[in-house]
Amino acid sequence: MIQLENISKRYQDGYDALKQLNFKLARGDMAFLTGHSGAGKSTLLKLIMLMERPTRGQITVNGQRLNLMKKRQIPYYRRNIGLVFQDHQLLFDRTVYENVALPLIIAGAHTRDIGRRVRAALDKVGLLNKEKMYPIALSGGEQQRIGIARAVVNKPALLLADEPTGNLDPKLSAEIMHLFEQFNQVGVTVLIATHDLSLIARLNHRILTLKNGRMLNDGTQGVFE
Amino acid sequence: MIRKDPRKRSRSNSSGQQERRKNEAQGALQSTIGLKDRISSYFSNHCDVASTSFKRMLAAPLVNIMTWAVIAIAIALPVGLFVFLQNVQQLSSGWDNVVQISVYLKPDVSSVRAQALSRKWQQNPDIERVQYISPEQALNEFQQLSGFGEALSYLDENPLPAVIVVHPKTEDSSLLTTKTLLATLQMQPEVEQAKLDLEWVQRLYGIMNLAQRSVIALGFLLSLAVLLVIGNTIRLAIEARRDEIVVVKLVGGTDAFVRRPFLYTGIWYGLGGGIGAWLIINSLLLWLSGPVSSLVGAYSSQFSLSGLGFLDTLALFLVSAALGLTGAWLAVGRHLSSIEPR
Repeated sequence: MIQLENISKRYQDGYDALKQLNFKLARGDMAFLTGHSGAGKSTLLKLIMLMERPTRGQITVNGQRLNLMKKRQIPYYRRNIGLVFQDHQLLFDRTVYENVALPLIIAGAHTRDIGRRVRAALDKVGLLNKEKMYPIALSGGEQQRIGIARAVVNKPALLLADEPTGNLDPKLSAEIMHLFEQFNQVGVTVLIATHDLSLIARLNHRILTLKNGRMLNDGTQGVFE
Repeated sequence: MIRKDPRKRSRSNSSGQQERRKNEAQGALQSTIGLKDRISSYFSNHCDVASTSFKRMLAAPLVNIMTWAVIAIAIALPVGLFVFLQNVQQLSSGWDNVVQISVYLKPDVSSVRAQALSRKWQQNPDIERVQYISPEQALNEFQQLSGFGEALSYLDENPLPAVIVVHPKTEDSSLLTTKTLLATLQMQPEVEQAKLDLEWVQRLYGIMNLAQRSVIALGFLLSLAVLLVIGNTIRLAIEARRDEIVVVKLVGGTDAFVRRPFLYTGIWYGLGGGIGAWLIINSLLLWLSGPVSSLVGAYSSQFSLSGLGFLDTLALFLVSAALGLTGAWLAVGRHLSSIEPR
């Protein structure tokens, strides 16, 4: 699903965020991406989302070589990827329903399909009864689940998350991670950047540890320093 | 919760091969948005965006009413002058058709000679018709109309000459042929003086020509002002919705999708300004119609103020909406590309 070959990323100020990174994530896999802050987790996700371009190397996602992708193709590419943010990036002037419906409206889905799919997504995250509320009225954990519902409403093949439990207490964090596992179980490839090592150590998934832009460890155990 | 979907339950404990099939099914699910749905949703999205952006403007009425007022005044100025000029043109449109040459005969020309002369001129192909006014007729008319009746009766003899009023052929009453005719008439031995009272009409047309050009220049400048006002307003709207734009881009919104609400906002600004200008002009006309009709009544003329016709109004609305769209487009082109997810 995701393949990185010799990826290096140097920002304009000369900072090397990633150095000759190689890894593969098979279709249907679930993996955690971890490391101290500044290790390159966010940069890696940005490269996959085409928010940034690598300085060197080649990325292939879902069979598409991102180096060859033109700017105008990027929106269509992004529709196949669900993205969950640490600060959930909900639109506070719209209801829960409208927030979740946004990717479908953008993709040009029919109104009748939108209602059905939004409710299915809200049902999966357990917030079906809150569709008419505004995000501001929800708790942090609920807001994050709305963000997840928005990420999966389009039925993407790949789900990325950047510190999805960063602002949540351990119990809510575990619930959110369990939600990601459920999506993985129905075939969605999941890659989650997190530094919550104690949580992911209990989950028995592949853990990729970055340090200073290099792959430090790739296994089912996180590396503690 | 997830187990409610039987299709997905079967997948939760699948082998590698099932996994692949499942993913293919996923791919198929993604492409269930057919072309027909896309087209119909494209149009319904336009309607949605148009109405949402309008409601968004109404949500901040004071600021937007001020913007609308600025645009309305900027549009009303040249359009109002245009209406004024149209009225002046309408008022003066009959005047170039009543071109006539007054030919004053020498006092020693007899009335028989004068009538023979007028019959001779009647044959001239450049002349539509002639009218002979004898000195007596002229005196009568003058006595009746001028109010000097009493004073005139004290005169020993009629001071007025005989006049032949010559109406040139109207179909080719260009200034040149009329002036040639004037010169010909002037050269006749019986003629004291031939006078063409056209010059002030020519001058009026010259002034109106100048005024028309000024209106065009003013309209151009004020259109530019409208573009800048709308452009700046849209730029602020873009800044205010920066976060939303980033989210929309990250979930796969195309540039066209991101642009659309701002373009509609521009159209609404322009159209609202156009409607405002229409209201301003019509209330102005209403306010002026009383004085104008009493003034016109004093000249016993049939003239009445005319406002913007149906087509003019339609053009006003279309042009102002187009101005709004253009202003928004300029702002969007400059500022939207700078907002990318980081």
